[in-house]
Amino acid sequence: MVTENHDKKGWKEIPIGGIIEEAGNAERYKTGTWRSFRPVHHPEKCTNCMICWVNCPDTAIKAGDVNSPDKGLVGKNDDPNLANFGGFDYEHCKGCGICAAVCPTKAIDMHPETEFLDKEGEE
Amino acid sequence: MVKKVLKALTGAECVAEAMRQINPDVVAAYPITPQTPIMHAFSQFVADGKVDTEFVTVESEHSAMSATVGASAAGSRAMTATSSNGLALMWEVVHIAASTRLPIVMNVVNRALSGPINIHCDHSDSMGCRDAGWIQLYSETGEEAYHNTIMAVRIAEHPDVLLPVMVCQDGFITSHSVETSEILDDETVKNFIGEHNGHHPLLKTENPVTVGPLDLFDYYFEHKRQQLDAMERAKPIIQSIFDEFGAIVGRKIEFFEPYMLDDAEEAVICLSSSCGTLRHVVDELRKQGRKVGLLKVRVFRPFDQNKLAEMIRHIPVVGVMDRSASFGAFGGPVFMEVRNAIADESQKPLTVNYIYGLGGREFTVEQAKQVFDELRQVRESGNPGIKVRTLGVRE
Ligand code: SF4
Ligand code: SF4
Repeated sequence: MVTENHDKKGWKEIPIGGIIEEAGNAERYKTGTWRSFRPVHHPEKCTNCMICWVNCPDTAIKAGDVNSPDKGLVGKNDDPNLANFGGFDYEHCKGCGICAAVCPTKAIDMHPETEFLDKEGEE
Repeated sequence: MVKKVLKALTGAECVAEAMRQINPDVVAAYPITPQTPIMHAFSQFVADGKVDTEFVTVESEHSAMSATVGASAAGSRAMTATSSNGLALMWEVVHIAASTRLPIVMNVVNRALSGPINIHCDHSDSMGCRDAGWIQLYSETGEEAYHNTIMAVRIAEHPDVLLPVMVCQDGFITSHSVETSEILDDETVKNFIGEHNGHHPLLKTENPVTVGPLDLFDYYFEHKRQQLDAMERAKPIIQSIFDEFGAIVGRKIEFFEPYMLDDAEEAVICLSSSCGTLRHVVDELRKQGRKVGLLKVRVFRPFDQNKLAEMIRHIPVVGVMDRSASFGAFGGPVFMEVRNAIADESQKPLTVNYIYGLGGREFTVEQAKQVFDELRQVRESGNPGIKVRTLGVRE
């Protein structure tokens, strides 16, 4: 790993005291790189209750509409006024497993990242 | 028009008086001997409506420093005070205050750290956090603690400094002893410290910022580099604030205050109340024709090594007094700084370290004389002998 980070700003260029002057820039911090377990969704068990969406600490579960390709297949999922499960934002999902733990129908399970590494040849 | 009145006050009351005049927005504190009389007096000012301060009575010193940090980050002028184990309990937040660059002023009434439990003066508490990133001012008397507290506000809040400042005075010896102190009128102090405009205040909602975020290998080091720079930049700023305030009170205020140093053959370096005893002994020995002198350290952080070297390089032998021990190190904290400051000088004094006064052990005129006598022996023999000595301890 490059530890000197020459592409980053020097000490004279950054705000003092560790302050972040720009609001809402946590989005640019890719917590997805921390993940060692990946949540995997099973639409056939999902009721679109959105409990996982409420509980995810990294807002890494997306809310979809009636056309969401990832929406759950159980329950009232055709009401345009209601949100449906919209998939994971894997750039920010850090793999904590809270969504899997809170899902009342066990529609999410956690898989070691190594499984995907083997299949997809990711680094 | 500056008005000055002489008042009979303890060192603790002097600081409370400074705090009343500063009128901080927030004070959070927890009682601990011998700091308690500061907050005792200050809480009376709060109760009597003499200050507008939000006084937060917290459940521990860890919370006292945390509340002070929060208040300061919110943009208010925030102060606290503590001693000994109270400072130890604040420890982690003391570092956070400095690295978050919050201009907090904290009075530390120096008391020995436990154990065994002891409530009396030594400097192990504040010396223990000399690397925490705080500016440290030491006070010989209550009046100096009063002056230091007022100046500390200006130093801490200076836009090119933005570091917390610790103002130290000796527990009981200074904090509980009544002396005549010259107190300025409220208006003069108010004008001197000026308005406080927080640096990126959290409560300024039109310009939201994040305070205290995670800072890993990519930027933490850069923030530490900024802290190193701030300490260096603080040196001339501190001296200019000393000069400005010195003109008001009619005193010369310096990082290192010399007494009879010009022709001294033996000199002692010391801080806080023991300087009074040493000055008395210097006077006595001078009457006998001995060329002895004293150098009082008023600012320990940042330590101005160049200034110190300039002031002592011509003296043949220097004794360095440390009211705290650094176990396993070559001498106490002050000794290490002094040796370091003169290391590269071509002409430099021989140095001897005296660890003294731990746990409130009295520092006597006889001990001070013994130090000067031993320093003379070192000068005459050209051999420092044992370089780190203990003074006033039973064999
Ligand atoms: S594993 Fe954690 S971070 Fe990822 S989507 Fe589930 S709750 Fe959010
Ligand atoms: S908690 Fe389970 S059932 Fe509810 S939306 Fe999330 S995955 Fe679907």
